[in-house]
Amino acid sequence: MKARVHVMLKNGVLDPQGAAVKHALGAMGFEGVNGVRQGKVIELDLADGTTEAQIGEMCEKLLANMVIESYRIEVL
Amino acid sequence: MKAAVIQFPGSNCDRDMAVALEKSGADVEVVWHKDAALPKGVDLVAIPGGFSFGDYLRCGAIAANSPICKAVVDHANAGGYVLGVCNGFQVLTETGLLPGALLRNAGLKYICQTVGLKVETSNSGYTEGYNAGAEIGIPIAHHDGNYFADDETIARLQGDDRVAFTYTDNPNGSRADIAGILSDNRRVLGMMPHPERAFEEAHGNTDGQRLFAGLLSQLTTA
Repeated sequence: MKARVHVMLKNGVLDPQGAAVKHALGAMGFEGVNGVRQGKVIELDLADGTTEAQIGEMCEKLLANMVIESYRIEVL
Repeated sequence: MKAAVIQFPGSNCDRDMAVALEKSGADVEVVWHKDAALPKGVDLVAIPGGFSFGDYLRCGAIAANSPICKAVVDHANAGGYVLGVCNGFQVLTETGLLPGALLRNAGLKYICQTVGLKVETSNSGYTEGYNAGAEIGIPIAHHDGNYFADDETIARLQGDDRVAFTYTDNPNGSRADIAGILSDNRRVLGMMPHPERAFEEAHGNTDGQRLFAGLLSQLTTA
């Protein structure tokens, strides 16, 4: 089985990379980009039967830093 | 005083840290990240700067889960001293020994320069050699030194006199200008600036010397 984990900075945490991408899009002439937040996508190739709770533990112990990031699990 | 300097793949300030500690009078042992235990009788663990595990995933995240870091956490929880500099500070926040996290610099650039620091407290083994309020110059060299913690945590750090150093001219966007913080028991210090790079006359700046001297006097008499 495969799962995809989306890791994003929490709201309220400054995202200087997202801000730079937003600035670049504006400079390229794309109008109406009100905000950009940049995150990570991590694809996991897992043994069948791995539970969403186990993936959640992987996220909380390593894949995301819960002080600044949130995660979302997508089982494929 | 016995010190252990932890070495991860990608550490690059381990030797400088060991030299600064040795020249201050400590017995120093360099410890590899795969070791599961610290040498017996270690008073201080120093986690040096560098790019442990290539900064993959997040700075310090993989190092924080290495076998030696479990021993470092146990050492700290038993009241031992731990100093984390630069990547070492990032590792300490990732282990949870210190609150908050280090984000990408607000200006997105890697910054390598000597910066002004204000010593916020002299109440710790690390800072007792300085007068509170003193201004010193210490080099920084980082891409991810932008200290972040929520409002409540910042207020707690300030209220408990746990901010060790602040930047006099914030280079990286750190909240409350924070450059270094102490643990609740004041024995774990994480700081982005490199005191070991301002240690000898040949460095052109010896403002970092008193941090090591203070630590040695604290741990030698203890």
